[in-house]
Order: sequence, then C-alpha cells, then structure tokens
Amino acid sequence: MGKTLYTPSEKRAGRVIAVVLLAALYVLLFLLDNVLPQNSFTLMLIPVLKKGAIYSLICVSMNLLNGFTGLFSLGQAGFMLIGAYAYAIFSIPKAQHEAVYQYFHGGVIRFSIPEALQSVLGADLGAFLGAVICIIIAGLFAAGFAALIGIPVLRLKSDYLAIATLGFAEIIRAVFQWDGLGVVTNGSNLLRKYTSFSDIRVGSLRFTTVFPFLIATLCILLIVLLINSSYGRAFKAIRDDEIAAEAMGVNLFKHKMLSFVISSFFAGVGGALLAMYQTTIQAAAFKTAMTYEILLIVVIGGIGSISGSCIASFLFIACNEWWLRFLDSGSFLGVSVPFFRDGFRKVVFSVIIMVVVLFFSRGIMGDRELSFAGLIRRLKRKNTAAPAAADETGGDAS
Amino acid sequence: MAGFFQANLPYILAGISVGGQYALIAIGYTMVYGILRLINFAHGDVFMVAGLVMVYATASLPMYISIPLVIAATVLLGFVIERVAYKPLRSAPRMSVMISAIGVSYLLQNCALYFTGGLAQIYPTIPGLSKSVTIGSATTKVVTLVTPILTIILVFALVLFIRKTKIGMAMRAVSKDFETSQLMGIRINAVISMTFVIGCFLAAIGSLLYFTNYPSVIPTSGAMPGLKAFVAAVFGGIGSIPGAVIGAFIIGIMENIIKGLGSGWTIFSDAFTFVLLIVVLLVKPTGIFGEKTTDKV
Repeated sequence: MGKTLYTPSEKRAGRVIAVVLLAALYVLLFLLDNVLPQNSFTLMLIPVLKKGAIYSLICVSMNLLNGFTGLFSLGQAGFMLIGAYAYAIFSIPKAQHEAVYQYFHGGVIRFSIPEALQSVLGADLGAFLGAVICIIIAGLFAAGFAALIGIPVLRLKSDYLAIATLGFAEIIRAVFQWDGLGVVTNGSNLLRKYTSFSDIRVGSLRFTTVFPFLIATLCILLIVLLINSSYGRAFKAIRDDEIAAEAMGVNLFKHKMLSFVISSFFAGVGGALLAMYQTTIQAAAFKTAMTYEILLIVVIGGIGSISGSCIASFLFIACNEWWLRFLDSGSFLGVSVPFFRDGFRKVVFSVIIMVVVLFFSRGIMGDRELSFAGLIRRLKRKNTAAPAAADETGGDAS
Repeated sequence: MAGFFQANLPYILAGISVGGQYALIAIGYTMVYGILRLINFAHGDVFMVAGLVMVYATASLPMYISIPLVIAATVLLGFVIERVAYKPLRSAPRMSVMISAIGVSYLLQNCALYFTGGLAQIYPTIPGLSKSVTIGSATTKVVTLVTPILTIILVFALVLFIRKTKIGMAMRAVSKDFETSQLMGIRINAVISMTFVIGCFLAAIGSLLYFTNYPSVIPTSGAMPGLKAFVAAVFGGIGSIPGAVIGAFIIGIMENIIKGLGSGWTIFSDAFTFVLLIVVLLVKPTGIFGEKTTDKV
C-alpha cells in the first residue's frame, strides 16, 4: 500500500521521460499510419494497437469502479453498448439511412453530426470534430443511464451489486434488440456506415491508429487526475473500509455515484471507439461474457493499478489476436501438433487466467503503478542498462 | 381467467417444465451461497458440461450407462472445481472468490468451445421423455409432466436429508456461522464438498430434463439458465431451498407467458427475469423466505 515518495527533481525527470516516450509513441503511430510499408507484420500490429488502446480505456474505466472504489460492478458491457449505439446512431450519414434502416423505413433520426459539421467546416475537420462530439455524446448517454440506475443499484452491496448491474446490462441488450425501438436502434440488425477510424484524415494523411490512442490517452489521463484528486482519495477510503470512510465524513452515496457515473462515461466512450474500430455494431455481441473478459484483464493487470490494466489489455489483445494464433493453426514452427486446433488458444488463455487468479492474485502490477520516477531512482542505484519498459500510459509518472 | 388459462395452456405447461429445471439448478446456487456466500458463476457452465457429456457418452454407450455416467462426471467436476478453484481462496476476500468463479466459467466455456469445435452438438433423445402427449388443448412432451414431479420428489428428499442426517445438520450449522461451526469440530471442507456434490447432482438431472426440450447444446447454453436460476434463488431468498424452488417455478411460468404474448415480446423473456431481480433487490433484498442479516463492523 505504502506510496513511495519522490524528490521534485525525480518527479520532474519522470514526467519528462513520460512525455518524451508518449511523443515518440505518437510519431511511431503516425509513421505506421502513413509512411511505413504495409507487410504481414504491420497488418497484425496495427489492429492489435488499436484494439489494445480501446480495451485499455475500457479496463481502466472498470478498474476505477472495481479497483479504486471497491464497487464490484458487472455492467460494463451494457454501458459500452449504450455508447456504441449512441455513437453510431448520431453519425450515420443521411444518405445511408435508407440502406441501414432498411426494415424501418429509414429510421427517425434523420441527421448526422459529422455530416452537418462537414458541410460547415470542410470534410476533414468536420469528420474529426463530428466523431469527437459523437464520442462525447456516447459517453454522456452511458453516464446518464448510470446516474439513473445508480440511485437504486448503489444501495446494494458486493455480490448483489454485481448481479444487479449484470441484470441491467442484460436488460439494455434486450431493449436495444427490441423491434419496437427499431426506428432508432435498428432492432436486432447491424448498424453500419457510420464514421470510422479510416474517416479521420487530413488531406491524404491518415490517423487511423493515432485517433484511438489520442482519445484513450486523454481519457486515461483524466481518470488518473481524478484518482489523484481528493475525490480519488475518498474513493479509496470507501474501498478500504466503507464504515470508516463514512465516519470520517465521506458522503458514501455521492462518491459511489460519482465513481459509477464517471466509470460508465468512459465505458461509453470505449464502446464508441469499439464501434469505430469494428465498423459495424450489433447489440447481440455485448454479452455478459464481454464483461467477464474485461474483468479478467483487469485482474491480470492488477486490481487497483491503471498502468497494470493498460499493460494487461495490450498483452491480452496481442496474445489473443496475434502471438497465440499458432495455437489455433494446427502447427507450431512447422511441426504439426494434433491438439492445436480452433479454440485451443482460448483454453490456454483461460488456464493462464486461472493460474493468475489462484496463485498471483495481485496480477502484473498489484496496486502499484508504473512510474518513471521510480525507474530513474532504481537506475541511479544500479547504474545498469535501461530496461525497456515503455508503457502507453506514461502519464502516470509520479 | 379461465379463458386466459385456456389460451395460455401450452405456455403455462412449458413454464412449469422449465421452472422445474431452473429449480434443480437454483438449488445448487442457493446452497453454495448459503454456506460460502459465493455466487458460483460457474454453476451454469457445469450444467452445460453435463449436457455435453451426455452427447459424447451416448455416442458410444447405451443410455442406461450414459445417464449414471453423466451424473457421476458432473458431480466429480463440481467437486474438483471446489477443491481447485475455491478452496485455496477460503481466507481471501469475497471478491477474489467471485473472480475465481468467473474464471472457471470462462475456462469451462472455452474448453467446451475447443472440444466441440464450435459446432452445436445434437442432444440425444432419451426414450420415454421425448414422446408427445396431449393435455386438454395442448400437445407437449412427456418431459413436461415428468419435470415438476421429479423436481418435487428430489426437493423433498433433499429437505429430509438436510433435516434428518448428521451431515445435513452440519450444513445448517455451517450456513449459520462458518467460524463457530469450525470451532465446534465440524469438518468444514467435507461439508462444503458435499454441498457442491449435491448441487451438481441436481444440475446434472436438470440438464437431462432441460436439454431434452432443446435440439442441441452449445458452449454458452448454460449461461442464461444459470443466471435465471440464480435470480430464482435470489427471488426465493438466497440460502432457502423451498424459496429457490418457488422462485424458479414463478420465473419459468412468467417467461413463457411473455413468450406467448407475441413475437415482438420474445426478446424480453430473458430481460423480464432481470427486471424481476432488480425489483426484488430493491423492494425485499432478502427474497421471499430469506433471513435478514445485519452487517457487523
């Protein structure tokens, strides 16, 4: 628990390193988008980076609730669904409405925010601003819904809270698939043709990978600022001992609500980014299993560690989509292995997760953060070669 | 009223049948929660595995060997899960055990996905259960009639077991106070294992009845019935066996009546269960038969 204290110069140096690494990362991403040639390596790398950034945000938002406030909520998939739908609905171009809502006479929402802005600000800036505004709307819808259900749900404790939020997520999924709302949600059909990552560009320069990183970094930075503020300290007090926190004058309901609403806002943003990444979205995909997966990533990273969640997200996505693919392919280094077939990767994965849960319950980072100031101190002491530990959230440097 | 009954008879019959099946799963949840204060998220997946074992067993073995084999395998699975995934965490915070349960659920689903290759496995017809019978205006399968009767017999036997036997007494003691009963010389691990064995035994029987009504088993088949059975357990008052059974029957019947309202409403038959859950949690969190507990500082 004990937090290491750093001298101002160490802090400053840590912050400088974080900013430099972050800048280097963005340059690299920009090069990946525009300059570097497409080959089998980058074709695997780019989706992993995009999805990893999105999952980082979603996992950090869940960690804010489960790890920092001690509210065991299992409603993340529901809030992501709201975010994804809100984003998609407001950004489908007017001309595409007939095609997308083909069973609902073109739907009732007959405008598109990116399109409206494009007509005023030009194609590039309009698409970018429109996407950002839609993402914020997505977050607000998710947060609004969280505020609504928070009033009754947050009275519940631990496992009852978990099962109630899970129940709400399932209800949302059913409502969004209901034909009665089809004019807005397109029923159980796909939503598509909305603004996606590939629409974010300046002239011929593409920002398909930069954009999700930009939004995710910004959001995670905001969460870090929140956690380090007095609100964050109140959240941690509630997590450690609710009754003691109340006795010390922390307004339980207010702070729980705040954490719940903010976490849902960012889950909604994450859902919107996921919608952009996938280019099509369907309510049926946001199952409880999705929440479980996110929870397990948070556990692997360490409950109560922002940088842990980010590292675990990138590791999970990279293993899932890239590094462990060979487990499904039937052969390893040219040798055919009979039990390597479809789904084996997932089995290996679940076994790893169970091992982490049972024997390394603190996960990768425990409740510590990756900090460059700490790294500097260790380097000074050892004076050895620099370990390569560049993390995308570099902003946590304390 | 009579008209409503007449019109909805097929749905009510299906509801009673599925309600009995949920009841058999719900008992597993409620007993485990009563003793360990753990929502065993993996229970629904154990139920699904029982279905898959049946598919694979009947492929090469006759029915009279397959059925006991399914029950034995499910019981063994439940026992192993408890020993491997929950026992090491006995002194850990409740959240860790719940995460472990979610991990087990993820593992079972992924293993099922691997072994089935992602294909739906056709469930075998159990002779005698799949025959059609006509009651009044409705035609249904024999399993619809067998389920409620079998459920009630099993629940009755279970209640007797808990009331009359020594291990039943130990179970009641453990669910009242975990630590004190340990001090009184109750072998807590044996009691907890017994709870899982009983829960999984009933889930195996439930799966035999449940999947007879459905053409096939897929890796996620257990998730929804599992959650609904859990809601039934909460509705009835978690920790109470009669409560779980009554809750399960109510949920089974209501969800089928909703299915009968028309095609637009089918999507809400699952959501209804959760609406009920939330209403119960808000109005009477202890459920119909639950005991009120107070938190100690």
